[in-house]
Amino acid sequence: MLRRTAKCFCCNLVAEIEKKITEAFEVFDRESNKTVDVREIGCIIRSLGCFPNEAEVQELLGQIEVDELEGFVHLKNFLPVMTKVLLDKRFWPIPEDVILHAFEALDENKCGYITKEDLVKHLTENGEPFTEEEMEDMLAVALDPETNTLNYRDYRIKLVVDESKTFPFNI
Amino acid sequence: MGSIIGTMGCSSSVADRRSENVIRAAILIQKWYRFTMARLEMRRRYSLSIFQSIEYADEQDQLQLSNFFTFMLDHCTHPDTVSQIFTSPSAPQVVDEDLCLKEFEKKIDVPDSYYGPRLSFPLTVEDANALLHAFRNEQLLHARYVLQLLSETRRVLKEMPNITHLSTSYSKEITVCGDLHGNLDDLLLIFYKNGLPSEQNRYVFNGDFVDRGKNSMEILIILFAFLLIYPNDLHLNRGNHEDYIMNLRYGFTKEVSKKYKDHWKQILCLLRDVFSWLPLATIIDSKVLILHGGISDTTDLDFLNALERNKLKSLMRPPKSVRDRQDQTKKRIPTAKPSKHIANQHVAVKTQHNSSSGFTEPSGSNLPPDPALKEWKQILDILWSDPRSQNGCTPNKCRGGGCYFGPDVTAKLFERYNLKMLIRSHEFKPEGYEISHDGKVITIFSASNYYEEGSNRGAYIKLNPELIPRFVQYQVSKFTRRHNLRERVGTIESSALKSLREKIYAHKSELTSAFAQYDVNGTGRISVNDWAAAMESVLQLELPWRMLRSQLAQMNPDGEVDFMSCFYDLKMGQPIKEAQPALAETLCRYRKDLEIIFNIIDKDHSGLISLEEFSQTWRLFTSHLGIDVQDDSIDKLVLSIDYNKDGHIDFNEFLEAFHVVHRLEKKATS
Repeated sequence: MLRRTAKCFCCNLVAEIEKKITEAFEVFDRESNKTVDVREIGCIIRSLGCFPNEAEVQELLGQIEVDELEGFVHLKNFLPVMTKVLLDKRFWPIPEDVILHAFEALDENKCGYITKEDLVKHLTENGEPFTEEEMEDMLAVALDPETNTLNYRDYRIKLVVDESKTFPFNI
Repeated sequence: MGSIIGTMGCSSSVADRRSENVIRAAILIQKWYRFTMARLEMRRRYSLSIFQSIEYADEQDQLQLSNFFTFMLDHCTHPDTVSQIFTSPSAPQVVDEDLCLKEFEKKIDVPDSYYGPRLSFPLTVEDANALLHAFRNEQLLHARYVLQLLSETRRVLKEMPNITHLSTSYSKEITVCGDLHGNLDDLLLIFYKNGLPSEQNRYVFNGDFVDRGKNSMEILIILFAFLLIYPNDLHLNRGNHEDYIMNLRYGFTKEVSKKYKDHWKQILCLLRDVFSWLPLATIIDSKVLILHGGISDTTDLDFLNALERNKLKSLMRPPKSVRDRQDQTKKRIPTAKPSKHIANQHVAVKTQHNSSSGFTEPSGSNLPPDPALKEWKQILDILWSDPRSQNGCTPNKCRGGGCYFGPDVTAKLFERYNLKMLIRSHEFKPEGYEISHDGKVITIFSASNYYEEGSNRGAYIKLNPELIPRFVQYQVSKFTRRHNLRERVGTIESSALKSLREKIYAHKSELTSAFAQYDVNGTGRISVNDWAAAMESVLQLELPWRMLRSQLAQMNPDGEVDFMSCFYDLKMGQPIKEAQPALAETLCRYRKDLEIIFNIIDKDHSGLISLEEFSQTWRLFTSHLGIDVQDDSIDKLVLSIDYNKDGHIDFNEFLEAFHVVHRLEKKATS
């Protein structure tokens, strides 16, 4: 009897996860025909609560059959792969204070802020570099135009608070 | 993730470790930034999805209203009230239209105190400039000039064929604009960027000039003025909103009645005619077809070119001969949710033959095919259809009229008529335009910020003599400081959620009973799955309910939804004790429609209607919608709202009570 209950629970969980994935997918499904542009897959994965880097997104796409000609992904190919990702809890988000430490690592003098030049240099030259657009957009929100610096504590708080209020998409 | 400050005897491993940390930090920040941006994008998308779903659902509900008008007109026991608006009231029955201008001049006086533009016919560019200047300064054009302008426009439009043929041979580029929906700022911006219409600067405006925005009248005046000045260089196609029944629901009628308190009925009557005389399509160089909606697998351009387009004043009602015939064969089927496709509204259910656009004819009958039916369907299709990427032609369930047409349908039409491109509008596009069917179909939408400040760009097409399109995008902004993306999304999202919550509240009873069905033990809580299923089935909106749940309802630590929390934030403007909940909700849901109906009944614009009229109208309305409301509850309600006990109701005051109020106005945070 225990076994049966466990199985039911598991089935329900999978069904729930599949529904969540389908919902997120359909938001980007412009023509309601169960396909999305391959370039939006990264967005969908992240909206489901996953925290992959770009390389990991590409790796995941490698596992999904993509219509080469048109650049579309069909729901039936996306669903099983994504379900497994969520069940395995891959790309789980990291705690907020880790982000804080990341900013601190860029803040050589430990003064609580980073200059625009340093920020741009680090984020457009290292790691998985920002595009010009991404950098501009971050600066538009984060930078204090008077001092041309980013107060990363304030910035982080602004974004995190907003996020958790509107978007707790937990399993 | 610490870093090491000490630099004495800087060994390479310390420096390495530091730069490693920096790189790791950068990756983390980039990852995190992309994470937040992705979720922001999701919020933006689902907000637009909410707007669009509600809009389309409203359009479907609208069909019920048009049914109601049909019903009232055909069976009205008070011919002097409602039907009067739809027949020519006090407008001069003029046979010779040249007299029309003088008639208006004689009958309508323009006082010396009027400082707006004074038009003299035939119009010149000076008149157009005066109009533009006046409208920029929020002045109104006097009713006499409006009527003269409309009358002249009708005269000119009558001479035009159903399908206009243009050639690019002698002009540089032709500009094609899409839906404007009363957004004057967009039209002015287009003229600013692209120049005013002239012989050297030709324009095609592809329908939906009116409704929703607040300057539909001004847009029409400007477009018609330029049409009269440059009849060969400014072209207009009819859209599905150039339809007096649509206008009743979507704001244009109200706009006119507020701006022209003494002459609105005349103006609307004349407009009804003018709209029906608008051409149906434009073809450039015999290769580029421009029309408002789309096509179907039965679209016949020759047939469309030959029919009498002005006979169809509104597409919301099938032609009279069709209605008469269907009245004979049909059984009235009262349902709370009548079948949604407009063509199904009046038809008996026995055996039906479904054609591609969902248009049913009772095949059991042996009546000969009605030409009026074919005309109606052909025009309905080109004004209401939407392209889809799947092949085939299926009824447009979303809109309730026209069809979805696939690339194969497009290809076939192109082959038949030797066309190269289809330019259409009718659908909102976040970037102002979209290309589909492998480059063959272009959607152009010119109303920026259509749903909300920041929701979308508008665009127009520049078509050169090689017929290659070039797109120009723009967005009107009322803020002086440019909002960042997060702020914009916040604004759009809270506006979308507000609309959604109002809809939820307006269906409170139905939702409550749907929830209760899942709540077997009466705990007040149900699973997220059940909650989502109930929301979707009652509201009939395909939305990501699980994603929206946190904004709409509260959840307990066990992961169950406290379903009544959906309604906590909302309440009626004023509780009216005498109204049962179902009645109150109906009033809430149809508040806008009722406002329109009452305005029509209110002949002398006093804001008051008699209890008798209210009662009768209300009974007709609810019976038509298939809502079961007990007679005595209506009477009680009616008596309770006769505040002055003088036999009349101030309906604005009354309807205000059913306005949904949001208890906590959450401002968008950045």
